[in-house]
Amino acid sequence: MALTKPKQEMTDARLAEITLPEGGRWAREAREAALGRLRAMGLPHGRDEYWRFTRPDSLNEATPRPAAVFDAGETEIFSERETIHVTFVDGVFAPEESDTLEGTGLEIVRLAEAMASDIHWAKDVYGKLETRGHDPVDRPFAALNSATATDGVVIRVTGKADRPLRISYQHRNETSDAVLHNLVWLEPGAELTLLENGPAAARFNHVMEVEVADGATFHHVRAQGRDHERRCISHLYARLGEGSTFKSFTLTANGALTRNEAVLWLEGEGGTAHIAGASMGDGGGFHDDDTIFVTHDAEGCESRQVFKKVLRNGATGVFQGKILVKPGAQKTDGYQISQSLLLDGDSQFLAKPELEIYADDVACSHGSTSGAIDETALYYLRSRGIAKEEATDLLTLSFVAEALEEIEDESIAEEIRTRLEGWLARRRG
Amino acid sequence: MLNIKGLKVDLEEEDKQILKGVDLEVGAGQVHAIMGPNGSGKSTLSYVLSGRDGYEVKEGSATLDGEDLLDMDPEERAAAGLFLAFQYPVEIPGVGNMTFLRTAYNAQRKARGEPEASAAEFLKLVREKAKDLKIDADMLKRPVNVGFSGGEKKRNEILQMAVLEPKMCILDETDSGLDVDAMKLVAEGVNALRSEGRSFLVITHYQRLLNHITPDVVHIMSEGRIIKTGGPELALEVEENGYGNILGETA
Repeated sequence: MALTKPKQEMTDARLAEITLPEGGRWAREAREAALGRLRAMGLPHGRDEYWRFTRPDSLNEATPRPAAVFDAGETEIFSERETIHVTFVDGVFAPEESDTLEGTGLEIVRLAEAMASDIHWAKDVYGKLETRGHDPVDRPFAALNSATATDGVVIRVTGKADRPLRISYQHRNETSDAVLHNLVWLEPGAELTLLENGPAAARFNHVMEVEVADGATFHHVRAQGRDHERRCISHLYARLGEGSTFKSFTLTANGALTRNEAVLWLEGEGGTAHIAGASMGDGGGFHDDDTIFVTHDAEGCESRQVFKKVLRNGATGVFQGKILVKPGAQKTDGYQISQSLLLDGDSQFLAKPELEIYADDVACSHGSTSGAIDETALYYLRSRGIAKEEATDLLTLSFVAEALEEIEDESIAEEIRTRLEGWLARRRG
Repeated sequence: MLNIKGLKVDLEEEDKQILKGVDLEVGAGQVHAIMGPNGSGKSTLSYVLSGRDGYEVKEGSATLDGEDLLDMDPEERAAAGLFLAFQYPVEIPGVGNMTFLRTAYNAQRKARGEPEASAAEFLKLVREKAKDLKIDADMLKRPVNVGFSGGEKKRNEILQMAVLEPKMCILDETDSGLDVDAMKLVAEGVNALRSEGRSFLVITHYQRLLNHITPDVVHIMSEGRIIKTGGPELALEVEENGYGNILGETA
C-alpha cells in the first residue's frame, strides 16, 4: 500500500538524515533490510490508529529534544545486588563502569563487536522477531532501531546463569540520542534474570529480542529512569517455546514520553508469558504508553497482562493491549487488566483492551478501570491515626500491588516497592 | 470522658436528619451500650464521632476529655484517643497487616510528640497482643483484612484497639456475623482492655454480646434520639420483649 503524502514526505526527510553505522557483512545486510522495511511502512503519523493516544512527533524528529539530567541523589536501583553489570552512557558502552563480560551459564558479547565481524551467530536472531512483529501492525521505530542501533548486548544462555545480568543505561548528556538493541537467546532449559535500569539518553530507542527455547525461563525487571524530560520508545519481543516461562515487569516513573511495546508469541504447548508494569506520573508533562500484543499459537498456554498507572496533576496514561488466540490454541488461559488511579480530575487514562479469539475452548478475560482513591478505605486508615497524605500513599501502593506481585523474586519486588514509596514520599514533601 | 450534647446531624447528600438531638455522657472507665432498632442512628453516631465524610453537624457538640472532637480530622481524633471498631472492616490489598499497624501506631505517637517504635520493639508488642486474640503470624503478614473470615476481621479490629490503646473505644456492631466462639474471643479481648482510664461505647442490636461484656449503662436509641437509659437489665428487657414496649412507652 502506498504511503500517504505527508507520511511519505516525513519518512523521506528522516531517511535522508540516516547514515547506517559501519559493520561487517551480515550487519550491513541486516541494517539495509531493516531500512527497507522502514521505507516501505513509513514512520508513524499522529493519524495512525496505533498512535491515536500518543503523539509520535518527538520520536520522528531527526534530533532529540534536550532533556535535563536528573540526579535522584540516591543509590542506583539494583546496584547492591550481585550481578554481571554492563553500563552504557548515553548509548555508548562504558567499559570502566562495566564488569568483565563473562559468567557461568552464559556468553555475552557486545552487539557492536558481533556486528563488526563478518560471521556471527547473532545474524540468525538480529531483527528476526522485529521483522515478524510488523504483522498485523507496523512498528516502524523498531525497524528504525534495527537499521541504526550502534550497540547493545548479545547474550546466549546455555545453562542456569548464576547471577542476574544488569544493564544500566546512564544519561549524562542533555542532547543524547541512544539506539541500542539487545538479543537474548535462551537455549532449552536455560535460565536468566535480566535487570535493566536508567533513562539511557535524552531520547532512547530500545529493542530487545528474546528467544525462549523449550523449558527455558526468562525473568526481566526494568526500572526506566526518572529524568523528567527523557523520551523513550522501546520494543520487547519474545518467542516462547514449549513449557517455557517469560516474565517481564517495568517500572516507569516520570519521563516526558514513554512508549513500551511488547510483542509476545506463545508457540509451544504449556508456555507462560506474563507482562506487567507500574507507572507513576505526576504533571502534565508525563505521558506513558504500554502497547502490548500477545499471540497464543499453541495449546495450553497462559498469558497475563497486568498494568497499573498512578496519575496526578494532569498526567496521561495509555494502555493498548491485545490477546490474539489463533485457531487451534485450545485451553488458552489469557488475562489482561489495566487500571489507573486518578488522583485528581486533571489526569487521564486512555485504554484500548482487545481480545481476538479463533479457538473455542479458551478462558480469556480482560478488564480496564479508572478510579479515584476509595473513600471508605481512606477513612478507615485515617480513623487509625494515619494522616490523609500518608493514607493516600498507602492506598496508592495497595493499588499498584497487583502488578508488583508479578515479579517472581520477592527481594526485587521489595526493592521496586521501596522506590515507589520514595517517589510518593518526595511528592508528599 | 466522652460528652455529647444536643447533637443533630444530617446526611449531607440527602439533606435528611439522622441524629435529632443526642445527649450522652460516658464517664472514665465506664462501659455504655447503645441498643436500638435498625435505622435508629446508632452507626451514624459512631461515624460522626470518628469523622467520616458525608455528615453535616447542624447543632450540638461532642468532646473527648474536653477537646472538641467535631473540629478535628479523623486522624487527629485517633491521636486524641478515640477508636472505632468497624462493623465492616475494610480490605486493603497489598498492604501488610503489620505494616498497617506500625504505620498507625507510629503516626499516633508522632502526632502526640512521642518517640516512634523501632520495627523490633513493635513486633514484640504486637506478638504479645496477637497471641491473646489467637491471631497468628500469618494473619499479621497477610494484607489488611484480605481473605479474612468475619471472625478474623473482628479480631483484627480488637488487635488494633489493643495495640493503639485508645481511651475511648467505640464498637460498632462488633458482634454481627460472629459465631459464639468468635464472639467470646472478641469479648475477652475487650474485657482485657477494660481499665479505669478507658471507656467503651458498645453499639449492638442484640443483648447477647452484653452477656460477655457487661455494661454499666444501657441506652436505647430510636429515630435519632436516646429514648431510654438504664442499667444492664434494660438490655435483658429488650432481649425478652423486643423494642416494641420501650418504643411504645416513650411515644
